[in-house]
Amino acid sequence: MGRFALYVPLVLFAILTLFLLKGLDRDPSELPSALVGEAFPAFALPSLMDEQRLITENDLASQVTLVNVWATWCFACRIEHPMLNKLAANGVAIVGINYKDQNQPAHQWLEQRGNPYQFNIVDASGSLGFDLGVTGAPETYLVDARGIIRYRRVGVVDQRIWDEEFSALYQQLMSDVK
Amino acid sequence: MIAELGHFALIIGLCFALMQSLVPMIGSFKGYSSWMRLGYSLSLGQLFFVAISFVCLVCAFLMDDFSLKYVSQNSNTDLPAHYKVSAVWAAHEGSLLLWALILAGWTASVALFSRALPLVFSARILAVLGAISVGFGLFLLFTSNPFERLLPMTPLQGSDLNPLLQDIGLIIHPPMLYMGYVGFAVPFAFAIAALIGGQFDSAWARWSRPWINLAWVFLTLGITLGSWWAYYELGWGGWWFWDPVENASLMPWLVGTALMHSVAATEKRGVFRSWTLLLAIFAFSLSLLGTFLVRSGILTSVHAFAADPERGVFMLMFLAIVIGGSLMLFALRGPAMQKVAAYQGLSREAMLLINNVLLVSSMVMILIGTLYPLVADVLELGKISVGPPYFNFFFVPLSMGLVIAMGIAVFTRWKATASALLMSKIPLPLIIATASGIILPFVLRADSYVGYSVTAGLTLFLTAWLLATIGIDLKDKIGINLTRIAKLSRSYLGMQLAHSGIAICVLGVGLNAAYDEIRELRMAPGQSAMVADYQFDFVGVNRVSGPNFEAYRGQVNVLKNNAPVANLFPEKRQYNAGGQVMTEAALDPSLARDIYVSMGEPLADGAWALSLQVKPFIRCIWLGGVMIGLGGLLAATDRRYRRRKKPSPIMECNNG
Repeated sequence: MGRFALYVPLVLFAILTLFLLKGLDRDPSELPSALVGEAFPAFALPSLMDEQRLITENDLASQVTLVNVWATWCFACRIEHPMLNKLAANGVAIVGINYKDQNQPAHQWLEQRGNPYQFNIVDASGSLGFDLGVTGAPETYLVDARGIIRYRRVGVVDQRIWDEEFSALYQQLMSDVK
Repeated sequence: MIAELGHFALIIGLCFALMQSLVPMIGSFKGYSSWMRLGYSLSLGQLFFVAISFVCLVCAFLMDDFSLKYVSQNSNTDLPAHYKVSAVWAAHEGSLLLWALILAGWTASVALFSRALPLVFSARILAVLGAISVGFGLFLLFTSNPFERLLPMTPLQGSDLNPLLQDIGLIIHPPMLYMGYVGFAVPFAFAIAALIGGQFDSAWARWSRPWINLAWVFLTLGITLGSWWAYYELGWGGWWFWDPVENASLMPWLVGTALMHSVAATEKRGVFRSWTLLLAIFAFSLSLLGTFLVRSGILTSVHAFAADPERGVFMLMFLAIVIGGSLMLFALRGPAMQKVAAYQGLSREAMLLINNVLLVSSMVMILIGTLYPLVADVLELGKISVGPPYFNFFFVPLSMGLVIAMGIAVFTRWKATASALLMSKIPLPLIIATASGIILPFVLRADSYVGYSVTAGLTLFLTAWLLATIGIDLKDKIGINLTRIAKLSRSYLGMQLAHSGIAICVLGVGLNAAYDEIRELRMAPGQSAMVADYQFDFVGVNRVSGPNFEAYRGQVNVLKNNAPVANLFPEKRQYNAGGQVMTEAALDPSLARDIYVSMGEPLADGAWALSLQVKPFIRCIWLGGVMIGLGGLLAATDRRYRRRKKPSPIMECNNG
């Protein structure tokens, strides 16, 4: 027993190495892209600013939209927020999904950090998030004017990621509309 | 030119490291004492050239040499000079060069201070350290060369240092942390040398103890500084986020702490021998694993480092060789697991065992939490993130267990402790702790905080328990005559100081969790708000200019019972080069409470979103951290380790 026990750490490390090796091929912030190329799932959920109003997938159609999944409990969203403000100031249409959150802190958040969103969908139970396959916040979807999801990013969108992954596609979708 | 010099010096340093990894090791097997002794001079030579290389990179930053890709990505002509220096280690390539420099520094100090060790042993230690240097040198030169040129398209201006990193905390935090990470290479090398030679006894434990302590001290201070930096720089008042990068530093710290304790038992009583060796290997392995996790981009983290698969593969190979190789060696050569010295259930050995089990369990659960998203992803279980609730759920009870055990352990003796002794010692601190836990929250509430809080009660119980046991043990040792404190050994005093630091740290963590108050408000100039019993008057906002940023500077006057407490000036900065917007919080610190004000977004009509916070005792977290570190330092300087030993027979034979 004594001598075999000495091999236990080595075996555990070998297993760990296998996982690390496989994990290297995966970008943790990349999508399982089931929905890319598909229509935005159907939903009918209240608006954050006006809880009487119901928003549906039809509200996304007719313009190229960036759909951003966020929550006040999400630390990375704090980092992402200034970038969203900047994009909104540059004329990008952004719609928020306030994901598994409470309305009161969400209002405070927007009051404090600025509101880059045209409107916010309240997804308190996470049902829309489930249909979208949301794994956490933040997540960002680029939806074209016909309501088709064209790109998905898991994790923070910053200037670099916008330039590298979104910008060209966004410009192209915008010119398609015109 | 300077860059080429630095590049060249790095290559020469690598050659020295290569020689150092081979010559003394071969000499130790062949019995060539001159080959073995060459390790000393090779390690000094390696330090010399790596230092030249590092200085060259610093010069390139100071001279704004934007033809270097690394400089142009991380600096800017407007950057103040001290930030130009710290920008050297702001990103991957320079951090790695700093790693290499620190490793060379540790190696050279082992060479200088370990002349009293048997030559065969010290030669192997230096060779192992040399081999690690070779790995890092190759990694630097082939995948992460900081001296890479951008020619002929040299930019006229650099893209500036990430504003988050333009801060005093970031000047000293990474070097401290790296000193700790890399410092664990020394006990690692000691362990490998012992495994190769098959000599592993209490002498080994005594030699390695000061090195373990020193590395651990740097890691402790590095983590403390990191937490402090996150608190005031990230702008929302948190001090620990369970982020993968933080976990990467906490895991080697926990194992290092376990190692410090188990090596004590190994030295005094010859127990836990293979366990101690394994911990020495683990402490450094976790440092490497942490570096891998952070640098390879395999996990998402708020600490955004550029992910690069090529680097990831290289590092993983390096990890497999170093960790896999040493664990293989451990399996083949490790001392069998049987106990050599008997001890009983209430002995100090048993308490140290409990300490080790709790610390290593904490490490394992953090490792699982950190790697689970990756494992789940690989096994196609979906993308999952593990958050603070998981970590707190495990870490908090384990830490409580540690604190309680720490209080009992101080009364125990080696081999066996009479239960009558424990029964006579434990009631008093237990009564003090229980009374503090019940009464003090009400006393604190009288000072305006909300009602009785269980969290606060538990916290005060634990803190009082630990401080009381320490106080009683001190009194048993020296009576009430405090001048006799100088008679106690430094390792004993260091232990008590570090344990008191834990008590203070627990106090800060717990009371802050129980009593901290945060209000996020819309405030127009002239408006006031109350948080706890402080009145915050928002005076207004000015525009100010810094050396490389423009800012809105708010003024918030803080009053208590109409008496002024502080005038705070939080800022919202926009950096010229990258356009990033940063929040600079303003603080009025004191031991009993911090007042923390940060600015959110500008709102209509000159109003601003402000975050007003009163954070009781939060400073105790870092004060405790510093005490823990100083305790370790005190213990490392114990007279026993400084005594020059008479040369052992083996040494004389080797020298002759």
